[in-house]
Amino acid sequence: MRAIWIIARLTIAEAARRRILWVLLGLTLVSVSLTTWGVERLVSLARGGDATELEIQVGVSQVLILVAFMFSFVLAMTAAFLGAPAIASDLESGVAHAMLARPIRRADLVVGRWIGLVAIVVGYACASGLLEIVTVRFVSGYTPPEPILAVGFLSAQAIVLLTFAMLLSTRLPAIASGAVCVVLFGLGWMAGVFAGVGRFFNAGPLVDVAEASRWLLPSDGLWRGTIYSLEPPAVVLVAVGRGGPAAQANPFFATSLPPTPFLLWSAAWLVLVLAAAAFSLSRRDL
Amino acid sequence: MTLDAPIIDTHGLAKRYGRTDALVDLTLRVDAGEIFGFLGPNGAGKTTAVKLLLGLARPTGGGGTVLGAPLGDRGARREVGYLPELFRYQPWLRAREVVELHAGLRGVDGGAPIDAAAIAGVLADVGLADRAEDAVGGFSKGMQQRLGLAVALVGSPRLVVLDEPTSALDPVGRADVRSIVRRARDAGSTVFLNSHLLTEVERVCDRVAIVDHGRVLASGRIDDLLGESVARVRATDLPAAAELARFGAVETAEDGWLSFPGLDLERIPDVVAAIVAAGGRVHAVDAGRATLEDLFMRLVGGGEVAA
Repeated sequence: MRAIWIIARLTIAEAARRRILWVLLGLTLVSVSLTTWGVERLVSLARGGDATELEIQVGVSQVLILVAFMFSFVLAMTAAFLGAPAIASDLESGVAHAMLARPIRRADLVVGRWIGLVAIVVGYACASGLLEIVTVRFVSGYTPPEPILAVGFLSAQAIVLLTFAMLLSTRLPAIASGAVCVVLFGLGWMAGVFAGVGRFFNAGPLVDVAEASRWLLPSDGLWRGTIYSLEPPAVVLVAVGRGGPAAQANPFFATSLPPTPFLLWSAAWLVLVLAAAAFSLSRRDL
Repeated sequence: MTLDAPIIDTHGLAKRYGRTDALVDLTLRVDAGEIFGFLGPNGAGKTTAVKLLLGLARPTGGGGTVLGAPLGDRGARREVGYLPELFRYQPWLRAREVVELHAGLRGVDGGAPIDAAAIAGVLADVGLADRAEDAVGGFSKGMQQRLGLAVALVGSPRLVVLDEPTSALDPVGRADVRSIVRRARDAGSTVFLNSHLLTEVERVCDRVAIVDHGRVLASGRIDDLLGESVARVRATDLPAAAELARFGAVETAEDGWLSFPGLDLERIPDVVAAIVAAGGRVHAVDAGRATLEDLFMRLVGGGEVAA
């Protein structure tokens, strides 16, 4: 265990020394400032007109979901490009050789790196997500029903991509791992859209394939949890009552939290992929 | 493990990458307290052998032990210091922090802790005392290699494996490394020195193995491998009829050097007197023996080598 903590600390220290943390912090401040300013302008315009407070809250919640989507994209990219070089770069540069000749398991390196990067990604998600929610509340008065849960799902989505990038990183060069991860993230999101649209049109095989891909890479399913946690309950009730399957086809709308079996599978998926990464590295000749 | 048990003991160790045999049949023994030179031209399989010994790669044939444990054993690795051929360390860390990191990793799962004084000491030993607080990213290759030596030596491991430890160093640095290696041996470490720099190996090693194409071509004490001494005399104007046969076989080179393999070096004055008596002129005398380079070139047959 001690080796894992040494490597986790090293990973966080690396992010701080290489100014990754500060860049993320700066980006957070810039993006939160700009989006909050945008929300404040929209709310001011709406209040100047004849919009009701409920309409304003629905509008703000939709803007907040779009902002969360932007953050989920940024987080996904951050996770992919932090995870992709985590092992591959150390192997390519030779840094890993000296470390792995020490009395540590290769799994220690993988898990230590993973813990350190998860701490960075979750820290970034919490800082940016909660700051956005607080500032939007300040300018609009709208507070999503489950802000902590929303940030939790946002973080979980990023952790999925981070873990997958690390698995690829044990066998592929850093750039290839990052690129594959980003493409699969996009495909996963599209699978979610296809699944919703396919359900609306009763396109059985399309729904099956799209659903299967959402389970293979559970990032989009977790993203649905973020959306649901940001929506006003009244909107969900109305949309489900009026829209039914059509509402589910909207990639920026969720009618419910991800089902418990999916959440359990997502947790198991993380453990399995991390174990696969450790196994992959342990079987590799350096 | 008994005192006379080998530090490294391999039998028929082999490694194949796809269709390429990197190592075919490595059988060698390194005993405690010696500096063992592992020689070979580039691509001979030296680094592959080191990786197998440290568990960084898995053999496809044969086997062996390091410090009495199977190859790659974690417990044994606690007592091994390693300078990789590609000596790269986290560029954003300070030199002291790199050594601390490795000291910490060495001490996981019950290893003896290494204190700050020992870390400062090993940095001073490799000549980095003044640069201990500098970021590694600003180091020259030579300084990074010195740092790698500090990493390998921290905690006085029982076995120090150095893969091309002087490849980035100037002559002064190379002399420093020889001194460092000898001090490590004197402090109780066994040193496995992987190199293609023959002069370095010849100056510092007790025993050597010469490998090429993944096989050991020769191994043993340097004195034994180099064998008998060879007296050489450079002479001109030497009549063909000069009576030199009594000194044994004589080999003549185009540049005027006469070699007398196996000649008792005490008889060199007699050789010189015989040449002068025959009317020849003596320009130089070399009472030496074959160098490691001579042996290496004979065994490897003109492979790439640096003296």
